[in-house]
Amino acid sequence: MRFGIVVFPGSNCDHDAYHAAKHVLGQEAELLWHKDRDLKGSDCIILPGGFAHGDYLRTGAIARFSPIMQSVKEFAAAGGPVLGICNGFQVLLEAGFLPGAMLRNRSVRFQCEHVFVRVEQTDTPFTLACTRGQVLKIPIAHGEGNYFAAPGVIEQLERERRVIFRYVNASAEAVESANPNGSIAAIGGICNEERNVVALMPHPERACELALGSSDGLVIFESVIQAIRSGRCAATLRHAQGRPEPSRGASPPAAALVQ
Amino acid sequence: MKARVYVTLKPSVFDPQGKTITDALQSIGYAGVEDVRQGKYFELELATTTPEATRSMAADIADKLLANPVIESYRVEVV
Repeated sequence: MRFGIVVFPGSNCDHDAYHAAKHVLGQEAELLWHKDRDLKGSDCIILPGGFAHGDYLRTGAIARFSPIMQSVKEFAAAGGPVLGICNGFQVLLEAGFLPGAMLRNRSVRFQCEHVFVRVEQTDTPFTLACTRGQVLKIPIAHGEGNYFAAPGVIEQLERERRVIFRYVNASAEAVESANPNGSIAAIGGICNEERNVVALMPHPERACELALGSSDGLVIFESVIQAIRSGRCAATLRHAQGRPEPSRGASPPAAALVQ
Repeated sequence: MKARVYVTLKPSVFDPQGKTITDALQSIGYAGVEDVRQGKYFELELATTTPEATRSMAADIADKLLANPVIESYRVEVV
């Protein structure tokens, strides 16, 4: 399958995501410049970490106006899987793909450390290879990861099981001391109503090789590879992108599996 | 014409920076400082000719870009 990784001016984890997709997972990967509109036949879009447009004004506030975001919006509306990582999460919030906003960390510091997140739900393209309650050790690196939304919105997210990752300790307990940034309800990642747009503050792409301290992030990418291979997302996508029928590589024809 | 836009966090939203500044002020001897809220201030130079058009354009700009309605509110002043 093919990962499309959006590059904003100031993205700095685009190549980490590219490396994870291409060299660790052996998939195709394309970097997509933010001023272009062509998603180059991507099966999955990643909005990577970094400091898009220098994070000026607010994190993600300017990136949402980039031309490629219109294509990403159409891709997501057609059911395509979109993953926002860190700054990518902030962009998805500002662009209205997901509810809420990010405040400055409770510590008022940029925090760069390994944290534990618990996988709360497995019915998204990015967590379907996880087990519910699985704890992943993944690094964070952010100054504005303090997730905020109005109480009614938090209630709705919980009710609709849209909190996908929660900060916990190594024993999977959501205790206050395990919440690195002050996020409401220890929220580390959420999804949209249709569940195909998922975003999280921790960096799974930086936790794909043991040499980097953890390979727990792999399962996020393996999930979406499995989702695409099983045709969960592909049929709608091909339709949306006007792509010809034959799929690449060893992937089975998606339409057959969908029906 | 000129417009000033003040963007502030909504009262219900915690302001970690404001809290840090409050603590700093108290620690350097301003015991009477009870709270500080940090915001943003913008000066806009607009090619408008009436106060109404200036206000309306500044508000539009604030809605679209300068403020995030989830956490912030804004106030416009026409100069």
